[in-house]
Amino acid sequence: MDAVAATEQDFRPPSLRKRLSMALENPTFLGFLFVAPAELLLLIFLAYPLLLGLWLGLTDTIVGREGNFIGFQNYISLVHDASFWLTVFNTFLYTLVAVFFKLILGVGLAVVLNRDFKGKGLMRAIVLLPWIIPTALSAICFWWLYDSTFSGISWTLIKLGLMDHRINFLGDAWNARWSLIVANIWRGVPFFTIGLLAGLQTINPDLYEAAEIDGAGSWARFRKITLPLLMPLLTVVTVFSTIWTFADFQLVWVITRGGPGGATHIFGTLSFQRAMSGGHFGEGAAISNFMLPILVACVFIAFVFLRKED
Amino acid sequence: MVGERFGSKLIKFYTPLVLYLVFLLFPFYWMANTVFKSDIELYDLALNPLYIHSPTFDNVAHLFTQTIFLRWMWNTFFVAILATIISLAASLLAAYAIQRLQFKTSGPTGVAIFLGYLVPQTILFIPLAHIIFKLRLWDSLWSLILTYPTFLIPFCTWLLMGYFKSIPKEMEECAMIDGTSRINIFRKIILPLCLPGILSAGIFCFTLSWNEFIYALAFISATTSKTVPIGLVTELVRGDVYHWGPLMAGALCASVPVALVYSFFVEHYVAGMTGALKE
Repeated sequence: MDAVAATEQDFRPPSLRKRLSMALENPTFLGFLFVAPAELLLLIFLAYPLLLGLWLGLTDTIVGREGNFIGFQNYISLVHDASFWLTVFNTFLYTLVAVFFKLILGVGLAVVLNRDFKGKGLMRAIVLLPWIIPTALSAICFWWLYDSTFSGISWTLIKLGLMDHRINFLGDAWNARWSLIVANIWRGVPFFTIGLLAGLQTINPDLYEAAEIDGAGSWARFRKITLPLLMPLLTVVTVFSTIWTFADFQLVWVITRGGPGGATHIFGTLSFQRAMSGGHFGEGAAISNFMLPILVACVFIAFVFLRKED
Repeated sequence: MVGERFGSKLIKFYTPLVLYLVFLLFPFYWMANTVFKSDIELYDLALNPLYIHSPTFDNVAHLFTQTIFLRWMWNTFFVAILATIISLAASLLAAYAIQRLQFKTSGPTGVAIFLGYLVPQTILFIPLAHIIFKLRLWDSLWSLILTYPTFLIPFCTWLLMGYFKSIPKEMEECAMIDGTSRINIFRKIILPLCLPGILSAGIFCFTLSWNEFIYALAFISATTSKTVPIGLVTELVRGDVYHWGPLMAGALCASVPVALVYSFFVEHYVAGMTGALKE
């Protein structure tokens, strides 16, 4: 008996284990197994919320309470809300102006850094700092730098004789908008520079030499060689930056909280204010959902270009 | 560029470089400059604000004794480390499966995960807050640990796929002929070979988690559960009273861990960033 039991015990577990190890050799089974943790997390905390957000936009949900379906009521009331249209205007202004300057300044800095000089590595590390440091923290710094009385910028401009009064950075609607845009440019330039620097380094120097022999000036070399070769990378970087700037939140929330008097709200801050501070989840979700069409367009562009590169 | 005149180099190189540096570094200077000033000096309009006349550590002392700054630092660290570990593990497996196992839907799966990278948190935080509330995770650090991987995994997976691509397929094939199981190939051949990639991805996860703002602001309201950025912004500003000195001290101290991680691994960071862009 003992011998039989022993052989059975010897026999059974290996067969199970064998079946399992055989299944693990099957790429499809193993593939699904390996992808499962990532997919589950993304399904529960990304895909589901995305759909839930669309639904919430159609309800009158208040924080902590299930809402009722109210159709497009939230969207209709937003369309008749002047502060919402100001937010649309602000978001587009913020995105277009900031991305434009980040692009110009980012390419400029990449070109400046793309030559051999002492301390190049250190310089590259310094340039990335605004991108690395937590945005909320550098935003606090800008908030203080934009103080109406104690700003170092006002002081310097007055001492240089360029100005005769202190700038009310955040108290005036337009000043506040420009101040936020400058802070955003400051934060975003490094991303463009470092991303493009990698692209610049792959350009064959012989091309420039040949062009120089042919008598091309430095502007012509930049326009005819650098720019076309950099185009695919430039597009990707710009699309990414556009998405992030369009969906920004931290800088505006920390520096102005959407003020003065709601004049600098962008989509992110307005929806946060209505949903979290005001408790109106439905209305907040509706505001966020207005971002979707633009983002889908950006994602589509990114996708087409990434595919082309392959 | 060898025979370049100094004048032309001055215009094309030194001047723009200095201007850029002033623009990029001035806010940091302003931050550090405020930290070591006393309130009296800070609010004296007659003094030059760009210069510290009598340095003091009062603001740093205030930060560590009058607020629970260290608790916030610990919270942030705890969340960042756990979110990083979860994301790295999930991304490594997913990236290997998509890049190397070539199962039926591996192509579409890769694209779907990448698309996750393009969904901004600003769109997700309201429905997520709703979910977090229902899961009773409100005010819990787990609300952050579970949601941060949603923006970390897509990026990491994409980054690691690039690394897996660079490992020659022949190595795996040889091991397979020798009878090594797929699990062991992954553990003993692939993982050690892509350590630099894992390091880059880990640094990214850590810094992104450390810097995250909107989820932490939306899901956490208890003072003791706050992360550093939220704690500083919400607790050191009470009504109209701004504690500028301690605020700047907090911003500086909370930036140090990220800056340290970053300065040690800057090459990996840049490689990761540009590698992911090129993919």
